[in-house]
Amino acid sequence: MEFDLPLFSSSVSAGFPSPADDYIEQRLDLNELLVKHKEATFFLRVEGDSMTGVGIHHGDLLIVDKSIKATHKKIIIAVLDAELLVKQLYLKNDQVFLLPANPNYKAITVTSEQDFQVWGVVTAVIHKV
Amino acid sequence: MQASKTLLALVDCNNFYVSCERVFNPKLEKQPIVVLSNNDGCVVARSNEVKALGVEMGVPYFKILDLVKKYNIQAYSSNYVLYGDMSNRVMNLLSQFSPNQEIYSIDECFLDISGFSDTHNYGQLIRNTVKQCLGLPVCVGIGPSKTLAKLSNYIAKKNQALNRVFDISKLSAQAQSELLNTIDVSKIWGIGRKYSQRLKNMGIYTVKDLRDVDPNTIQRRFNINLKRTVLELNGESCLELDTMTQPNKQIISSRSFGQPVYELNELIEAITLYLSRACEKLRQQKQNANIIQVFINTSRFNKNEPQYFKSASYKLPQASSDTITLLKAALQCLNEIYRPNYKYAKAGVMLLDLVSAQYEEFSLFADNDLKLKRNKVMQVIDNINTHYGKGSIHLASLGRKKNWLAKLSHKSQSYTTRWDSLLKAHAI
Repeated sequence: MEFDLPLFSSSVSAGFPSPADDYIEQRLDLNELLVKHKEATFFLRVEGDSMTGVGIHHGDLLIVDKSIKATHKKIIIAVLDAELLVKQLYLKNDQVFLLPANPNYKAITVTSEQDFQVWGVVTAVIHKV
Repeated sequence: MQASKTLLALVDCNNFYVSCERVFNPKLEKQPIVVLSNNDGCVVARSNEVKALGVEMGVPYFKILDLVKKYNIQAYSSNYVLYGDMSNRVMNLLSQFSPNQEIYSIDECFLDISGFSDTHNYGQLIRNTVKQCLGLPVCVGIGPSKTLAKLSNYIAKKNQALNRVFDISKLSAQAQSELLNTIDVSKIWGIGRKYSQRLKNMGIYTVKDLRDVDPNTIQRRFNINLKRTVLELNGESCLELDTMTQPNKQIISSRSFGQPVYELNELIEAITLYLSRACEKLRQQKQNANIIQVFINTSRFNKNEPQYFKSASYKLPQASSDTITLLKAALQCLNEIYRPNYKYAKAGVMLLDLVSAQYEEFSLFADNDLKLKRNKVMQVIDNINTHYGKGSIHLASLGRKKNWLAKLSHKSQSYTTRWDSLLKAHAI
């Protein structure tokens, strides 16, 4: 004759609890560090070497947040005459300049005839080594 | 009566597909652009520049080729992966503006903003946030009912001076009447061509005319839905958020072919694919179909070639959502209507007379045991296809070489969903 014995579904505490139990935290997530505004954040790929002085190299991945206001000295994605450029925004006496970070390139003075807009603000760069 | 007065905002992205393309390709700004349906057959989105040329929504692309050449219109294949991601972003952003949101379509949603008084500034805030964060232009229409919010949105879109935000409830009663008297009755949400003709026969021409008609008369002559529309036009909110989505009354799965098809076996492949998709949808909705219809046709636009349009339907002995049962019926229909030597341009499957699978009856004469087993098999197939991607498992008659599948020719990249397709930023 057989009897069905109920099994305990909950675990029984035997011995000492793990000393780490009180210290468990969420594992680090790069998204949390690098993406502040999830909906407004886009990834772009760098082409060219005019920004190497600020650590932005050809082939790097840029994290671009469109929700942030572009202010003086921010690294931005500019739309200049329909072309997407990564540059440093420099504002002086109501004049807009787009600065490179490489002595081999010249600063761009945005003229009133040019079509200029800010596409987004670069918040981080991911460079593979 | 409700405790506090309902106030709803309808936020609608302007020329959504076109605007998405422009975000990632600034060269398209101010250029005439169209986005085409997924076989590049018809125009499904137009930039304002194209609208100004008189190109209608849904027009076959080849019919506007002259305009395309003359005005250098850029045509894009629809990139639903991109539009879908941008849509998610829009909806998530907008959800911050209200505790209640109903996503009505890929590019529009209702927000419950009851209790807000400075609606104009709030509307501008919504509009500026979406523009800043995503680069997409939206219009915001505000009103005490869904129908009036929709109408406000239409007004905001038509009137440049309004700055894309309009709240009809802010107008005086007289100003409202004057405004509504200038708008054709067909512009009301849910009225459509059929109703508007009938209404016009009754002397109801403008939105104001319909607003002022006796709702009960409308119910008698039309139906309860149109009565609700009349009440909604009078500022009484009858359509709650979310209540509009009802299971479909029919499922249609059809497409134009990328290239003409002559052979029966190619049509069999196509019908099998369309039917499989339709059945998946049917099961998702937990419904069964009583009637299946299959149609094939040549191109209506090639007037010089022999024309052939034919459909056949089959009434199933018992409502079903089983792909194998329905496929048998579909292929029987196809066999009946197929004639050789025609240049077929389109085929499709329609599932009709849908009933809820929850009240499924087991027929005395049908093989109920088999049916239960089949239901299980279909469930497993659906699960695998959800998990491993569409079409991982399919019926053998689908074949492998899909010659007839639509060609996507000028599609933009999946900028937001693929690492190898990212937008380029020039450091030059």
